[in-house]
Amino acid sequence: MQYLYYPGCSLEGTAKEYDQATRALLQRLEVRLTEVEDWTCCGASAAPGISRLLALALAGRNLAMAERAKIKADLLVPCSACYLNLKKTAETLRADPQAMRDTNEVLAEEELSISGKIRVRHLLDVLATDLGPSAIAGKIAFPLKDLVVAPYYGCQCLRPYPMFDDPQKPTSMEGLIRATGAEVLSWSMGPRCCGASHMTTHMDQGMQLSGAILAAARDADVIATVCPMCQLNLEGFQKQISRRTGQGEAITVLYLPQLLGIALGIPPKELGLTLNLAVTEAFKKRIAMNEDLPVLAVQRPETGRQPPCENLNDDEPISQRRTMGAHSH
Amino acid sequence: MSTAATHHASTTEEREANPLSVVQEMMRACIQCGTCSASCPNASAMDLTPRHLWRLVQLGRMEKIFQSHTFTLCSACYYCSLRCPRGLNPSDAMAELKQIAARGHIRQYGDTIYFCRDFVDNVRRNGRLQEMTLMAAYFMHMRRPTLPLRFASLGWKLQSKAKVSLPTLRRGAPKLEALFRRVEEMEGDGT
Ligand code: SF4
Ligand code: SF4
Repeated sequence: MQYLYYPGCSLEGTAKEYDQATRALLQRLEVRLTEVEDWTCCGASAAPGISRLLALALAGRNLAMAERAKIKADLLVPCSACYLNLKKTAETLRADPQAMRDTNEVLAEEELSISGKIRVRHLLDVLATDLGPSAIAGKIAFPLKDLVVAPYYGCQCLRPYPMFDDPQKPTSMEGLIRATGAEVLSWSMGPRCCGASHMTTHMDQGMQLSGAILAAARDADVIATVCPMCQLNLEGFQKQISRRTGQGEAITVLYLPQLLGIALGIPPKELGLTLNLAVTEAFKKRIAMNEDLPVLAVQRPETGRQPPCENLNDDEPISQRRTMGAHSH
Repeated sequence: MSTAATHHASTTEEREANPLSVVQEMMRACIQCGTCSASCPNASAMDLTPRHLWRLVQLGRMEKIFQSHTFTLCSACYYCSLRCPRGLNPSDAMAELKQIAARGHIRQYGDTIYFCRDFVDNVRRNGRLQEMTLMAAYFMHMRRPTLPLRFASLGWKLQSKAKVSLPTLRRGAPKLEALFRRVEEMEGDGT
């Protein structure tokens, strides 16, 4: 099995670990990824705010680069915002010959052209549809028993293009999560909006929306996400949100491929787990119970007096790491 | 004719004569049922409900529409587009309103518009978005000294994990200059 791969800008920055975990997981599942050559920003949600043609051209450039690749395969995209942008552009260009001509006229500046043949696929679609829970179940090294996972889908992998799941009651993550031995939290927040870029432009409203999701995940040990923006909104503002609402405990937020990767026994380092902003002590302890699995780095508390960067060394003995973990609370 | 095609049909002159024409075309068939408002996770924070906004769009009430913050509060969740019984795409219509505000440099939309502008300027220069330089440019444009503080704790967390890429200096022409130029020429506004 092979795919063309478009990581997108956030997977080089704030969502590095999503990129690392996706690559590590797919390699373990014997899927080959070929990164699109010289890819550039897809335009995100900002380009349509400026101009329609600019949005088409920025996304179209990447579709054209993917079409030009040596291998013929679907284009796999882990970031939901990039996925929707590329998908929407592909659909628009197919439906609107004039838009196709205009876009090609712009792309001609770089001697590129686009035919609209490429199929854009979300990582979750590939995991749930092409690979399926059985691909995971057959390779479990560390069953995640007694772990309750809240599957969080967000918006843009589900809507407006319902390609692989029910856009209002999604279930595609459930089989994958159960395949790891974990339980799936039954909740209705999976497809709700986290506020997207409101965290930058309308922070109060952003916190409202993300806060509602965090509150509903109270009974879970982990929230699993498939989008860098959702991940950052849910992991990066937990303290500020609970200060505001006066409730809410810290909860672990992982990218889905990180969660699956842990169960497949991929070393936490390869899954980028030390880069996550919200991994609770309780979760680290649970994971540590899987013998041989190196304990995750201890997260530096936001206001603690400890020196920064006390990331633990993977080859320290477990007993020592536990003690250190305990006082960083 | 498909929405996309009609949408495109408006020429630059039409847009200048009536900036709303594109959105009006998109929302012409709205029957004011209110399903969009009921589905919208941001409706409670909006000064006008989405349904009300579409009515004003149909009536061409430019001033009222752009006095409102409603369209900047759309987080593009696509619930309204999924559920609209008329099969309309209110979510994209919201995006279109943001676009009109950006073109008109409408002052009260500073937050959203500066963010979009700084974002695409960054991409024009670097090809890929550099998150750190984007935030710096955005804060500078906003000229609100307390704004960066709200992000300080997150920024520190990200930096300590080496997750924000440091800007790399690029020499010569910006990476996507030719593409951006062509778009500007074709759209006929050299701003
Ligand atoms: S759901 Fe559709 S038809 Fe109903 S008010 Fe909203 S835009 Fe109009
Ligand atoms: S897409 Fe925008 S207007 Fe529509 S429901 Fe979502 S936030 Fe509301």
